[in-house]
Amino acid sequence: MISNLIQRKIFTLLKVQYSNMLEYRVEIALWAISGVIPFFMLNIWTNNNLNESINISDVMLSRYFLCVFFVRQFSVVWVVFSFEEDSLMGKVSPYLIQPLNPFFRYLAQHLAEQITRFPFAIIIAFFFFIFNPGSIWIPNLGILLLSIISTFLSFLIQFLIQSIVACLCFWTEKASSIERLLFIPTLFLSGLLAPVASFPEYVKSWIYLTPFPYLIDFPANILSGNTTNISGGLSMQILWIILLFPVFRKIWFAGTKKYTAMGS
Amino acid sequence: MIKNIIDVKNLSKSFDIATKEPGLKGTIKHFFRRQSKSIKVIKDISFEIKEGEILGFLGANGAGKTTILKILCGLIYPSEGSILVSGYLPYKRKENFLKNITLIMGQKQQLIWDLPPIESFYLNASIYDLDKFEAKKRIKKLSDMLEIEDELFIPVRKLSLGQRMKSELLAALIHEPNILFLDEPTLGLDINAQRNLRKFLKKYNQETNATICLTSHYMKDITSLCKRVICVHNGSISYDGKLDLLLKKLSPIKEILIVCRSEEDAIKLENSGFTIKNKTKNEITIKVENTFITSSLKTILNNFDIEDLYINEPPIDEIIGKILIQKDYDI
Repeated sequence: MISNLIQRKIFTLLKVQYSNMLEYRVEIALWAISGVIPFFMLNIWTNNNLNESINISDVMLSRYFLCVFFVRQFSVVWVVFSFEEDSLMGKVSPYLIQPLNPFFRYLAQHLAEQITRFPFAIIIAFFFFIFNPGSIWIPNLGILLLSIISTFLSFLIQFLIQSIVACLCFWTEKASSIERLLFIPTLFLSGLLAPVASFPEYVKSWIYLTPFPYLIDFPANILSGNTTNISGGLSMQILWIILLFPVFRKIWFAGTKKYTAMGS
Repeated sequence: MIKNIIDVKNLSKSFDIATKEPGLKGTIKHFFRRQSKSIKVIKDISFEIKEGEILGFLGANGAGKTTILKILCGLIYPSEGSILVSGYLPYKRKENFLKNITLIMGQKQQLIWDLPPIESFYLNASIYDLDKFEAKKRIKKLSDMLEIEDELFIPVRKLSLGQRMKSELLAALIHEPNILFLDEPTLGLDINAQRNLRKFLKKYNQETNATICLTSHYMKDITSLCKRVICVHNGSISYDGKLDLLLKKLSPIKEILIVCRSEEDAIKLENSGFTIKNKTKNEITIKVENTFITSSLKTILNNFDIEDLYINEPPIDEIIGKILIQKDYDI
């Protein structure tokens, strides 16, 4: 049954959403370009020699921020905004009476967008290497595979967190404002602005208990070749997915009971 | 005996609505202490619908027609009462139940805006577990019936409203549901598109014996499709029965325009005891109760020299207008 779901429904959804995303290729290129915050952060770190305080070389730091860029490109989630808009416009109603949870549609939308983003991310990486030739490296196949897995798990964690927040649309019309509360810890604790390694030890011990460092810092460290506890990190990612999934299901079922089909 | 496919008993639905007093004081009060009140939009209604029946829900805006449809298709939970649709509790949204129904809301679309409708059709086909061959066959059949073969490969955003609505119908019917819930399906369509849609629905009902529940403010939709109507007034059922019976009840009198050969005959007719509405030279309009139409016509034709006569039905929209504001019909 699950294989049928993945093979037929998800695959078709993915195909259709990919065709749809190709209609927006310029927009997606712009989105990819807009994700260059890690390069600005790299500039701030290297210009102020901040990397010396955490014993990371310039090369490793530039690889880290390039990997942050990559991980971010393939784990960015906006389901709360899509679901909120669809709820307000009454578009969720037809999805709710189809024998497929609407969140599979959003999942396929995100995956299709990631596939569309891929060439643009490669082009940006190419230009990055032109300006930073010292940072060029080719990760081995095992590392590449592990980083792809951990990036996908990071995407799933973010997708589940945002889906839980999105379900609050059943109670409040503006669930995205709740998501903004999560944006602040995501920004500071995920490794987007600074490697988590740069935080004081006692702060780190707390941060690692949250899902945030496993969203960007952990997959970026694997890909860039920085020292990291791979099995521990992957286990934590899987644990967060296992914890978040039932929460999502519970809030989804409670929410659909509250649904008033407004806007339709 | 035709079995009931929809069974509703003592159904009620309440919504909590936030209330706010006007002005700055009300806004501040609302900010610190939200107040809401429970509004009962559906009040203890019961009805059954037979398999293959086309039923129209009539009522003014906000009467509760759409809420009933949403409850029947499982979109919203009922507050009280019991509902069985095709043997299922709709709000449980079981896969087999969902494969049996469809909901079409006028002006609300499920087609992917930037892609041709064919992509949405294949997507829906996979959602409903249809293989590619079967999907192709059904798309062909339905597109023939709806006459939209040429539009299948044009992006939805480039289609006219009528073509989009037909495509919506195809997307909603690809899994061949047994029960169709249609909420204002002809909203915004031009006369021809409305007529074609009605023609299609009639044909679909005849070919598949599907049950159709319909709400519409276009009376032609109701009169040409539905034999039975349920009138909803403030969340309660004010009438449930045959449409023609309701129309007879609401318009018990017909008007007959009689053109006499001479003014003399017209004067004779004027003084013969009929209720006269108006008279001009040799033309007289009389009012006759429905039950006396035949006997009155006999009397007129036998006793007066008549050149022509016309029996006028009151406009259907006028009668339905009465339905929307009337609370009860004792029929």
